[in-house]
Amino acid sequence: MKLRRMIAIWTAKIISAACRISGRQGVTFAGKVALRIDPNILKDLSAQVREKIFVVCGTNGKTTTNNLLCQAIETERTANKGEMSGGSRPMRVVCNHTGSNMLDGVAAAFVLAANNDGTLDADYACIEIDEASTLRVFPHFKPDYMVLTNLFRDQLDRYGEIDITMDMLNRAMQMAPDMKIIVNADDALSAYLAMESGHEYFTYGISEQVFSEEELGEQHEIREGRFCKKCGARLEYEFYHYSQIGKYNCPNCDFTRPEVDFEALHIDMTEGLSFDVLERYVLPEKELDSVVTIDDLAAGDGTGLGHEEEAAATREDVDDKAGISDNEAEAEEKTDINAGKNRIIHRYESSHLFADYRGFYNIYNILAAYAAGRSAGLKLADYEKVLTDFHPQNGRMEHFKISGSDVVLNLAKNPAGFNQNISAVMEDKKEKDIIIVINDNAQDGTDISWLWDVDFDRFGNRKGCGSEKKNADSADRSNTIRSITVSGIRCQDMRLRMKYVDISCEMIGDVKSAIEARLADGCGNLYVLVNYTALFSTRNILAEMQETKVQKYSRNQTEI
Amino acid sequence: MKLTIGHLYPDLLNLYGDRGNIQCMKKRCEWRGIEASVQEYQITDEVKFTDLDIVLLGGGSDREQMLVCEKLKTIREDFYAYVEDGGSVIAVCGGYQLLGHYYDTSDGRIEGLSLVDLYTEQGSPRLISNIVISNDDFPYPIVGFENHGGRTFIGENKPLGKVQFGFGNNGKDGAEGVLYKNVVGTYLHGPLLPKNPHICDYLIGNALEHKYGTRQLAPLDDEQELEANRYIVERFTGK
Repeated sequence: MKLRRMIAIWTAKIISAACRISGRQGVTFAGKVALRIDPNILKDLSAQVREKIFVVCGTNGKTTTNNLLCQAIETERTANKGEMSGGSRPMRVVCNHTGSNMLDGVAAAFVLAANNDGTLDADYACIEIDEASTLRVFPHFKPDYMVLTNLFRDQLDRYGEIDITMDMLNRAMQMAPDMKIIVNADDALSAYLAMESGHEYFTYGISEQVFSEEELGEQHEIREGRFCKKCGARLEYEFYHYSQIGKYNCPNCDFTRPEVDFEALHIDMTEGLSFDVLERYVLPEKELDSVVTIDDLAAGDGTGLGHEEEAAATREDVDDKAGISDNEAEAEEKTDINAGKNRIIHRYESSHLFADYRGFYNIYNILAAYAAGRSAGLKLADYEKVLTDFHPQNGRMEHFKISGSDVVLNLAKNPAGFNQNISAVMEDKKEKDIIIVINDNAQDGTDISWLWDVDFDRFGNRKGCGSEKKNADSADRSNTIRSITVSGIRCQDMRLRMKYVDISCEMIGDVKSAIEARLADGCGNLYVLVNYTALFSTRNILAEMQETKVQKYSRNQTEI
Repeated sequence: MKLTIGHLYPDLLNLYGDRGNIQCMKKRCEWRGIEASVQEYQITDEVKFTDLDIVLLGGGSDREQMLVCEKLKTIREDFYAYVEDGGSVIAVCGGYQLLGHYYDTSDGRIEGLSLVDLYTEQGSPRLISNIVISNDDFPYPIVGFENHGGRTFIGENKPLGKVQFGFGNNGKDGAEGVLYKNVVGTYLHGPLLPKNPHICDYLIGNALEHKYGTRQLAPLDDEQELEANRYIVERFTGK
């Protein structure tokens, strides 16, 4: 019923506009009302997406990955051929930018992007979905691709346990049998889900060790997936990147880290994030006949070599730098060739990427979005420019400039995310003040015991009320933290958390007062770490304070 | 004076900030000049109970509990002797369930240690809530967070407290947790001890008395702890 659909769209837009004026966050409500008026609206609108629908799932990194992917696709142009008029134009993408990722938020993304006549003009959709909500969203549409970033413990009181989350995701995957999965190979939990799902999957990962044992030694964080999901044995790790993310295999059964299709190499984090991406893909069957095999290449047969030789050269080049001998590289190639029942040729391409962000975890976000776009056949030739133009928003390392102070707002809602945040803050060698805002509203997970699984001791023994000795290195580094302020509904729990690692802090329950206090007496470099519901209010406070006004939160949400 | 805290199988039983309980016991000893060392045991390690003064058995998912319960059979005898001798135990969530005879789940029975006369049956829905309980033997209410599918029945045993807000052992009889000799079993995490310094000191005191014959504990400045405790009490019971 088209009229019903149109009424739903109008109503949702009015609600969204009204909320925008009053400065409230109204997107999910708009989506809820639209679905109430027309229960089929999400199904109808998503069916109008011309090309592919991506969904992004996983505990951490959903919003950044999804927004990056959206922006990358928007820089692609439609094919010239077949267009009715005007030739090629930039791709149009539906996206739930703000991270409203339950059913109502997903519906809102489509509804608010729709035309008033009930049509939707979109080439792609990039939708992040809360893991538990996949089961509610997938009846409305079956995505073409799912990106699975990682699985950590998160909001335990809502999901019970990580096993339950995995079970829900698995059931969702089975609802969309044709969906392809782009998965983080370095997370044994996510990789296991993808590999056992029976779906076609592509992997991304980091096979080189980035952090030394010493650097990791000061992180005591819980490694969730240390035991093989297949047989229960303890997984063996060659190394960890963080949490349970690393290079693993099971000593007891055949479960092992899958081959990596999109690999980040030569990682350098001294200034921003710099790394190479090595892409390995199976040559399409139609190109196979004209191809020179890798054996020919190895034999040094110089005749008639096409681009595969180039690719192989790139591979060798990269391997040399990575310290892998040519022989190993060749051996790997030969295995690849013999792997399938038909001749399978893997081709390698590498490209260099730089992004002016902090946080090791962002390498995974960048890699995930790239892998998703490439797996779906997009060129992404300007991906590095996409990274340069991409301004993390919505409190993912979002920058504000207030009365001469630099303020960085970052969301941290679970131990793995918080630990990565602490690392990112520590990467900044300048002096800094830190505010930590903890709420316990329903969407945060009302259980905040996870605070005790975060390695806050890494903020160091600044003013020292305890007797624990710190080595010279950590004392040096922690000196850069001028003050820590705890705020939000559960600031008292946060204050206790700091007390028990001998870190003094000030408690100012009201977030605005806390920010004002640190802007007044701080060093001009302020980090505000917040959990989920604290994000929206804190962002609005910062946006209001900022000299050059940025859009308030609710406004962004309607711009799809 | 020196106390050794044994943390059983943190690899598998480490849900809900159990680390905070360890940290709290350790710090509250150290602040009083009592040496405290923490011994973590992996599932393959031999546990020597005679070396331990306080044992922490934490929570885990049903699947992880199933893995642990096989191992527990092999240490049951030593653990039993430790408890009967007056050794201190703090068992939380899954660890609390494992103290009893069994936990019946839809996937079958998880055999417990039978250290305390109690048993658990799976129920629906999960009992998830902030929780406040009271016990006249302690100077302050006990606060925390509960999240459990199991319904635990403690028979004639003394509970840790009476439920003022939340569900407790089974959501029916108003009891929460169990006290047996120097064993404390409870569904309260959050973690339990930082916001309940009186319970932490109760465990430390019991351990000192057992080892040195004195439970004299120097007072600490608990203003922040009690303020956090009071916040939960006032917010959820309105008292």
